[in-house]
Amino acid sequence: MAPQAHPDSEKRVKAPWFEYQAPRTLKEGLEALRDAGPDGRVLAGGQSLMPMLNMRIAAPTHLIDINRIETLNHLTVEGDMLRIGALVRHADVLRSKKIREGWPLLTEATTQVAHLAIRNRGTVCGSISHNDPAAEHPSILATYDGSVVIASTEGTREVPADAFSDGMMSTILEPGEMVIEVRYPRPAAGAGQAFVEYARRLGDFAVAGAAAILEVREGKCARARLTVVGMGDGPFRAAGAEDLLIGAEMDASTSAELFAAAAAKVMDEVDPAEDVHASSGYRRHLAGVLTKRALATAFARTGSV
Amino acid sequence: MGKEQTITCKVNGRSYEKSVPVRQSLADFLRDTLSLTGTHLGCEHGVCGACTVSINGRSVRSCLTLAVQADEAEIVTIEGLRNESGEWHQIQKSFHENFGLQCGYCTPGFLITAIELLEENPDPTEEEVREALSGNICRCSGYSAIVTAVMAAARDMRELQKT
Repeated sequence: MAPQAHPDSEKRVKAPWFEYQAPRTLKEGLEALRDAGPDGRVLAGGQSLMPMLNMRIAAPTHLIDINRIETLNHLTVEGDMLRIGALVRHADVLRSKKIREGWPLLTEATTQVAHLAIRNRGTVCGSISHNDPAAEHPSILATYDGSVVIASTEGTREVPADAFSDGMMSTILEPGEMVIEVRYPRPAAGAGQAFVEYARRLGDFAVAGAAAILEVREGKCARARLTVVGMGDGPFRAAGAEDLLIGAEMDASTSAELFAAAAAKVMDEVDPAEDVHASSGYRRHLAGVLTKRALATAFARTGSV
Repeated sequence: MGKEQTITCKVNGRSYEKSVPVRQSLADFLRDTLSLTGTHLGCEHGVCGACTVSINGRSVRSCLTLAVQADEAEIVTIEGLRNESGEWHQIQKSFHENFGLQCGYCTPGFLITAIELLEENPDPTEEEVREALSGNICRCSGYSAIVTAVMAAARDMRELQKT
C-alpha cells in the first residue's frame, strides 16, 4: 500500500509559519539574514529554537538554516587560541583530544550538556547566542576570558565574552548579525581548571554550577577566574571572589579557609531568581558549596597540593 | 522559498522525493507522509527521547529537526533495523529476551540510542549505558531491564564479531 498523508497532517503541525532558506556560503547566509529583517533567526543545531517554535514561544518570520555552510564547521587551535565555528556540535567538543588536553574545563562542562542525541545536533555557538542563564557554555567562555566573533554583511567584530550578554536570553547581537565563531585563549601551563554543577537529573539544565581556573606561582595565586551558572541574567563572573583570591597565599594548609571566604563572597554577590526548580536561597547556598568544590578541584589540578 | 520545498532523502534504504511544508518536523514527515509510525512522539520538545531516529549515523531528535533539513540525508528508523532476511537486530532480540519493554512507546528511541552507543563503544560499563540512555524516558520499566538488555546486546554483538 502506498503511504498516504495523514488526513489531519496540516492541522497537527506545531511550528508557526516561516520562510526557510538553507544557504551554502556564509556570504549568502548573511545576505539572507540581512534581508530577513529583525525577526529573522539563525537555525544551527535547533535544540533550543525548535522547542520554542513547537511551543510557539518564538515566531520568527524567516529561518536561515546555516547547517550547509561547511566553512563554519571548524574546530582549530592556532597558537594558544582555540577557535570553535558555528557548526561545531557539543559531541564534536567531547570527541576532541585537543580540547581535552588544553581546555579540560570545556570538556568537563560539555559532558553535562543535555544528552547524546541533543549533543549530536546542538552547537556551542548556538548555546552562547541563546544565552540561557542555566546553560553551561556562556559561563565557560566567560571563565576562559574568551570572545565571540560576530558577522554581518557589514563585516565582522570580536566582542569579549563578558560584554556579549545583555540580560536573560538576550545578547548584544543586532538584527542581521550572527555568531560565526567563539575563541578560547589557552590558560598558562599548569593552570588548574574545574567545573561542577548540580542538576536534579543528569543532563538537565543546571540548578547551579561553578567554573574555576586557577594559576599558582610560588605559592601564590597568580590568576583566578570564577563564574557561577544559574544565578543571574547570564554568566555571573564572581569578580569580588576573584579579587580576594588573586595574590593570596595558596597552599594545602590555608586553601580551605581561603576558598570558604571566596564562597562567602560569591554568596554575598549573587542575587539568584526563584523558579519552579529552586528557591533563591537554595540557589545562593548551592553557589557557595559549588564555588568551594570548583576551587578545591581546580587547585588540586594545579599540582600544587 | 515558499511554504513547501522538495526534498530527497533515503529512509531505511529506500529513496524518497517529497514536497514538504517547511515548518513540518521530521517526526511528522516520517509518521504522516511516509506512514512510518514506529517513530513515536512524546513531548515534542526534545526531552523524552521517544522520537529519536538516526540521521547519517547519529541519533537525533526527529521532533527537533525539520523535514527540510533531512534533504540529502540517510535516515534509519525503528522500521529499518531488521536485516535483509527480515531478522531482528541484535538489540531488538535482546530487548525481547530481557523484558526491556512493557508498553513499548519509548522503545524505538531507546533502540536507536543504544545502537549508536554500541557502535562507538562496543564494551560499555553499566554506568556508560545508563549515561547514554539518560536522555530517553521510560515510564513503565524502571530502566533496570533496559540496561540489562543493552549490556546483553553488547555482549552478544561482541561474540558475533568474533565469529
